[in-house]
Amino acid sequence: MTTIQRVRYIGKPLVFAACLVPALLVVGDLFEITGRLGANPVEEILDRFGNWGLRFMMIALAVTPLRVLTGYNWIGRFRRMLGLFAAFYVFVHFAVWLVLDQGVYLPGIVEDIVERPFITIGMIALLLLGAMAATSTAAMRRRLGTYWQRLHYGAYGAGILGVWHYWWQVKADILEPAIYAAILALLLGFRLWRRLMRPSLPTRRSAVPAAQTGS
Amino acid sequence: MLIRKPADIRPSEITSQSNYLNRRSFIKAGLAAGGGLIASPALSAVLPREPRAKLDDIRPSRFSTDETPTSYEDITTYNNFYEFGTGKDDPHRNARDFEPWPWTLDVEGHAEKTGAFHLEDFVKPYALEERIYRMRCVEAWSMVIPWVGIPLADVIKTLGPTSKAKYVAFRTLHDPKRMPGQRRRVLDWPYREGLTIAEAMHPLTILAVGVYDEVMPNQNGAPIRLVVPWKYGFKGIKSIVGIRFTERMPRTSWNMSAPHEYGFYANVNPNVDHPRWSQARERRIGSGLFASRQPTLMFNGYAEQVASLYEGLDLVRNY
Repeated sequence: MTTIQRVRYIGKPLVFAACLVPALLVVGDLFEITGRLGANPVEEILDRFGNWGLRFMMIALAVTPLRVLTGYNWIGRFRRMLGLFAAFYVFVHFAVWLVLDQGVYLPGIVEDIVERPFITIGMIALLLLGAMAATSTAAMRRRLGTYWQRLHYGAYGAGILGVWHYWWQVKADILEPAIYAAILALLLGFRLWRRLMRPSLPTRRSAVPAAQTGS
Repeated sequence: MLIRKPADIRPSEITSQSNYLNRRSFIKAGLAAGGGLIASPALSAVLPREPRAKLDDIRPSRFSTDETPTSYEDITTYNNFYEFGTGKDDPHRNARDFEPWPWTLDVEGHAEKTGAFHLEDFVKPYALEERIYRMRCVEAWSMVIPWVGIPLADVIKTLGPTSKAKYVAFRTLHDPKRMPGQRRRVLDWPYREGLTIAEAMHPLTILAVGVYDEVMPNQNGAPIRLVVPWKYGFKGIKSIVGIRFTERMPRTSWNMSAPHEYGFYANVNPNVDHPRWSQARERRIGSGLFASRQPTLMFNGYAEQVASLYEGLDLVRNY
């Protein structure tokens, strides 16, 4: 079995299943099989999906640094799936806010998006993730050409806005958002450092044909 | 000040209260006939030291709401008590081994009776009352909690504040060994809160020593805490070790932490939003996954009783 085949037939199904676990745990806790959601289930579901959205953004942004540092190019093959899972968790987070938290009460929703800066930046991050998810197919990538890469730099923006969104709603204990901010700074700092060290570096991973990265 | 009967009291409750009082005098007569006892046990608040111990001789109150109380489990597992961690479920896990007793209360400042009091002696002169109050957190969720406590006004009258006492300042225990949340400087410990003397003397304001006819659970502020039902929950300072009568407005913890977000008054007000979220509606804990938020009421529904305290005060500026 080649590396590509191992990634496709073993690695990807396993990673896919693992990425679904946090969502399945919410369902399990909802029916009090795996645990409980506590006194405020709406808030708990909202927080869990929001947190996992952030975590998957960090994990997806860690793919390229890991690939470069280890030299294992097959790691890059998981990037799209991980990014799509980030988008999935953030979208469910948004849907839970819209339906369960706000009860699709439009005046409250519009007021929140317009007047609460942390919700405004959350919405911008959501739109960025949505645009990237919608253009994540190989066909879209080919169609968009150089625009595709520009659009998908939005991952950095979504990461920054996501951490900011979390930081801004915490009352006093900023430990957790600070940890996310530190990880994000590391991930983005790596890219900046690489760009500064080697300005001639190709900007697109696709500059290396995917088929040659295997074996 | 004229205190009118709250709007949400049913006539049936008034009848039951008179029945309750009849029963009380019946018990007293029985005790006097049986043993010739001197003291009236009904007028003395006794605090057992064991966790979840029952409190005896609790009077009902006309200030109680007839809304369905939140479950004991929700009240005791969903707490903001940063001394035991900042997560909602941290306090009930981290406060499990907290041993409040023996507990001493320091009374300081502009009052006739100052000094250190054993909590048992401090509460003994007063009768316990049940006060079923709405509790509205600044985070836009709410509960209905059957507190057991004593009116703060009665305590203050006993302590005899002087004319210089314009405010009452409260202080929580500061003991990082027993309160693990204090090992991190999330807030400037010890937790501090305060009221104007008029707010402290208001009949709705109580020092609570129990919930659901039992002693105060650790995670809810054992052994004694403040409850001011028309203010956001963070004004209800927990595990109080200090009461000080002051001439100047005392510093309060959340105001010190984020002055533009939390004011000294912190009255529940649906028209004045928190800078980061709306205060117009609230989620009632225990209402289920699909229940919608309900409108928040001015002064948490206690406007009829407390609005007169703030006549002429700009509630937007004095949030």
